[in-house]
Amino acid sequence: MSILGTRVVRTEDPLFLTRGAVYTDDLTDERLTGALHATFIRSQVAHGRLLSVDTSAALEAPGVVAVVTAADVTDLVPIPPPFPFINAEMTRPWLASDRVRFVGDPIAVVLTEERYQGEDAAEMVVVDVDPLPAVVGTAAAAADEVLLFPEAGTNLMASFGDPAPADFFDGCEVVVTQALVNQRVAPVPLETRAAAAAWSPDGRLTAWCTNQGAQQARGQFGDWLEMDPDLIHLITPDVGGGFGAKIGADPEYAFIAWLAKHVGRPVRWAESRSENLVGMLHGRAQDQVVTIGGRRDGTVEAYSLVFDQDCGAYPRIGAVLPTLTMLMAPGVYAFPKVHAQGRALATTTTSIGAYRGAGRPEATAAVERAIDLFAAEIGMDPAEVRRKNLLPAFSEPHTTPMGATYDNGDYTVALDKALEAAGYEELRAEQARRREAGDVRQLGIGLSVYVEITGADNGAGTKEAAELEVHADGTATVLTGTSPHGQGHATSWAMIASDQLGIPVEKITVLHGDTDLVPQGGGTMGSRSLQQGGAAVHQAAEELIEEARRRAAERLEVDPTDLVVDLGLAGLAVRGTPGAAVSFAELAEDERLLVNTVFNADAPTFPFGAHVAVVELDVESGKAQLTRLVAVDDAGTIINPLIAEGQRHGGFAQGVAQALLEEVLYDEDGNPTTSTLADYPFVSATEVPSFELVDMATPTPMNPLGAKGIGEAGTIGATPAVQNAVIDAAAHLGVRHVDMPVTPMRVWRAIQQATHTQQQEGN
Amino acid sequence: MIPTAFDYVRARSVDEALAALTEHGEDAKLLAGGHSLLPIMKLRLAIPTVLIDIGGIPDLSYVRVEGDEVAVGAGTRLFEIERDEVVRAEVPLLSHVAGRVGDPQVRHRATLGGTVAHSDPASDVPTGLLALGGDVVVQGPAGRRSIPVTACWTGFFETDVAADEMVVEVRVPRTGSSGWGYEKFTRRENDWAIVAAAAVEGRVALANMAGTVVRAAATEEALARGASIAEAAALADQGTSPSSDMHADADYRRHLARLLTRRALETAAAA
Repeated sequence: MSILGTRVVRTEDPLFLTRGAVYTDDLTDERLTGALHATFIRSQVAHGRLLSVDTSAALEAPGVVAVVTAADVTDLVPIPPPFPFINAEMTRPWLASDRVRFVGDPIAVVLTEERYQGEDAAEMVVVDVDPLPAVVGTAAAAADEVLLFPEAGTNLMASFGDPAPADFFDGCEVVVTQALVNQRVAPVPLETRAAAAAWSPDGRLTAWCTNQGAQQARGQFGDWLEMDPDLIHLITPDVGGGFGAKIGADPEYAFIAWLAKHVGRPVRWAESRSENLVGMLHGRAQDQVVTIGGRRDGTVEAYSLVFDQDCGAYPRIGAVLPTLTMLMAPGVYAFPKVHAQGRALATTTTSIGAYRGAGRPEATAAVERAIDLFAAEIGMDPAEVRRKNLLPAFSEPHTTPMGATYDNGDYTVALDKALEAAGYEELRAEQARRREAGDVRQLGIGLSVYVEITGADNGAGTKEAAELEVHADGTATVLTGTSPHGQGHATSWAMIASDQLGIPVEKITVLHGDTDLVPQGGGTMGSRSLQQGGAAVHQAAEELIEEARRRAAERLEVDPTDLVVDLGLAGLAVRGTPGAAVSFAELAEDERLLVNTVFNADAPTFPFGAHVAVVELDVESGKAQLTRLVAVDDAGTIINPLIAEGQRHGGFAQGVAQALLEEVLYDEDGNPTTSTLADYPFVSATEVPSFELVDMATPTPMNPLGAKGIGEAGTIGATPAVQNAVIDAAAHLGVRHVDMPVTPMRVWRAIQQATHTQQQEGN
Repeated sequence: MIPTAFDYVRARSVDEALAALTEHGEDAKLLAGGHSLLPIMKLRLAIPTVLIDIGGIPDLSYVRVEGDEVAVGAGTRLFEIERDEVVRAEVPLLSHVAGRVGDPQVRHRATLGGTVAHSDPASDVPTGLLALGGDVVVQGPAGRRSIPVTACWTGFFETDVAADEMVVEVRVPRTGSSGWGYEKFTRRENDWAIVAAAAVEGRVALANMAGTVVRAAATEEALARGASIAEAAALADQGTSPSSDMHADADYRRHLARLLTRRALETAAAA
């Protein structure tokens, strides 16, 4: 029986759980002996002219070796926008020189012998800022009255798509339109950002940083520091979560390397949680308007999504997310007409990056809310409206009006499985009973059906490298260009190799995150790792067997076609000749048995699913308690159910958190008001129920494993289901929409307003 | 997230702690469980230059029945109060509110004296104590004195405890089998209350409706004149001055105060 599809316990966990992982801040590498500690001085003002930075007092403070300001950074050019379609004037200085653009914008760096000295000295740096009006929210940005980059002449970073034709909804019996907020959230990885750097006398840089892809980070270091990437050895130590916010390198990481060169000593940096909540990329932050039109029989004829993406102060990945939202706008539905248009705007806030789902949860939340609004308007069950408009099952690629080519899917079965597992009819009956009785605790049932894109081209194509070597002692090594930071690749990649070679999982070591060992790789993001990196390991194992077959044929003096893999032996045996066999280990005795390969995926894959959320809403207080989450998540073939379920659990928690709890807030002056975990309501285990998982697996033809991505399903599917459930619980009181996070206060107020409106209409 | 430099003094007795307080004056802070003090020091919102650790003082942790009162030592951990059989039997509301603070890790560190002295208007234990009545016993250079709980909390993070005094005991009337109710409204289980209401024997105290925990005086007066729970609870926010923050605005807090008071009174009446 194949090991694939079995619940192999994660081999990396004993180390994480006992000795503890070695994160960047834990490094004791001898190259970092005598390293100075960097402490950033960050703007406390959202927007203003930087008049002066007085470092004289700090320079006298104990342990201070240097205080660096923009005036010292004469040999670096500002960081250009990361995409060619962004206004080229929107560059990012390494340290603010004449203007600060968000609370958290780096202004100076103190370098000290001991870390604690840095915080004391940082308080002695006197920064004088002449405040300018803050630009908070996309409406303020789009007004272009206050510009972050006056030389750009606008706050518009980029614009995507055109307005809908004037007659787009002509002929629809019913048209519903609604403004939606897909709020800004913070990724909050347990490990905050950290970096370290040391230069060797030959001009080679060794840099450590916490990220989701060492090779990509090295490329950015090379671009920014204007260095040959071959002179950079970038190491990604153990990483404590990323959720997209650690894709690539942050400017601070490369600046640590610059500082090390500047002072001629190794330098290290690890940020505090408060610094993380303003300095690390945030996610989501779209202001959307959905319009949905169709017939009273439930058929949707036209759908439009127009939105503004808040990108924060400097363009990062957030500026490209509108394209993903637009691509996935129609989701699982067979809408004949689809329109999407997005703008990317600069605001005086923390920059927006990728966050678990990155552009797709925003698309799903919009269309799933729109479907519910349409259902409410025509008075039809939202499950029925969905069923009526779902794309029929397809096994050949299907191209949507937005140009996405879905590989395969059966959305109706996914929905039906979820409804059946939830006991949908019984839930609706219980809801009716409670409504009839006027219970304080009303039941809400929320649905979402989703499809997402995984393994999309992240700039490095849809390919991944793998190296596989079997050693003479019977062990094997896998080198991968993916970059696990919680995903369990050490286990899954070993399972894939073991499945082909018969070498036990515990004898296979998976290495990653070191550009000297693995020069090429696409990292871990966009749910790409298994379908590309795992498939590369699979391909490497096949190629290794072919090389072994060639050697074994010579050694055993047989025809290569007479050799078959003997998994018990972990080698090759001659068909029909007992005892005539040789192990892979033996074949590695005289010459290394090693292959290097690159797997090229034909295209991205499109996992899909359906979620049903059940909430109990206290209509007197407005507080909703999520009591059930039933989830069908079809990610094709599952290699390790234990790991896939863990991915779903974590994603659900973060998805629930966006629906009910989390929101990064700024006041009108651009001051963050959620910059500690006392104020930012980070989700914990006490806020989620035990999840009810339903299996469904439709293998993709895009890779030999049949695997699609699973890492982001939770935040894509769960969020709209939970939001819809809360609104559904108050629907009989006249509530049609409440923005996320669906807080008790918002729900209570929506109920008050709806009740008031109904009373007035009753008069 | 690193505090400014401070000196550390370990007191072995209340007298030693008081002597250190007198010596260092306003720059000193008493350290007990540390779960309120250390975070605000890390955020540099508090910058004491001397910490006097009273965690090792013997005999500050006890629960004793003394006449009509239960006396609880200031060094008693909230976890112990939550589990203590005497507290559970004689002052069940106190046991309950102690068990609603933070999470088990916090409750194993946090002390009764610490939460009383901190005077956070969102705190569970002061809310329960204010509804229960009784006294906070403090000791200073001039000896011991009792502060009625109604006079203990004077402002946001401010108390009637002088800079050279420390809380040594809390005395609470035995309510025994009297009905009680505690309604704590949070978005997450482990959070501070957005609003909370404690009710026992016709007294009602509210968390987070002003700069300190406060009594719902209008509700209590209405109950005393025989008003229904619904009528009395509708007056709960009278005389309060709730703030607005990212979790709730003042109007919503007023609504919650009325709602939670009604529910706490109903629970108390149902006992």
